[in-house]
Amino acid sequence: MDRVPVLKIGDILLVSIQIDLQDQSVLALQEDLAERIVSTGARGVIIDITAVEIVDSFIGRMFATIASMSRLLDAETVVVGMRPAVAITLVELGLSLGGVRTALDLEKGLALLNADGVSQTARALRDIR
Amino acid sequence: MTTSDDVEIPIATGDDVVRVRQATRTAAGAARLSLVDQTKVVTAASELARNTLVYGGGGEALVSQVTDERGRAGVRIVFRDEGPGIADVDLALTDGWTSGQGLGLGLTGARRLVDAFDLETAVGQGTTITVTKWRR
Repeated sequence: MDRVPVLKIGDILLVSIQIDLQDQSVLALQEDLAERIVSTGARGVIIDITAVEIVDSFIGRMFATIASMSRLLDAETVVVGMRPAVAITLVELGLSLGGVRTALDLEKGLALLNADGVSQTARALRDIR
Repeated sequence: MTTSDDVEIPIATGDDVVRVRQATRTAAGAARLSLVDQTKVVTAASELARNTLVYGGGGEALVSQVTDERGRAGVRIVFRDEGPGIADVDLALTDGWTSGQGLGLGLTGARRLVDAFDLETAVGQGTTITVTKWRR
């Protein structure tokens, strides 16, 4: 089973999904993220799905689970980079992901975390630019 | 009519579900479905392959490129298991109904994502689901 790496940048955890996710990898990622949020004190989680070709109900549920879980652990989650075809398919599948915050790309995801005031790193990255 | 490019994939692990997705994407691309339709049929295949694994206790998928009588191309996937079968098909095809830990979207969601959906099941004998997506 492939594991998805969780990268830390300041007070943000960045997960960029580059593999075709099987269910066990999805469950492992949820657990890894919960542990990393607590051990690092991260304030924000960004899940980049630019490379993800399909999101089915299991993967979609992961986004909702991670969003709720990170909120309980005092972190905000943003899913970034969803492809248009994936969004169309998710809605038709019946999964609207109401509780999940999204942004079109990584930059906008960082801006969202900065606007919330949750992440100092997001602000710092914006100031560098 | 099916062509010679049929791919048969045993479904016994989570990696096999990924293989079914990949074979479906290849066939949908070869049938020149639009990107949105490719995404829809691959997503449906993923849901149904997982059902075969989780509820059917494993089985197999047969992925084919097909052509109808008017020459329209499409992709067809047959999912077969010899699991417990589905006792109440109407209930199983109700949005939000779930027998287990899922969201209850797998079967109904997959049906919405394809053009043709056929379900045959017998309690104690297994389930066969055939889905087809045509090029527009």
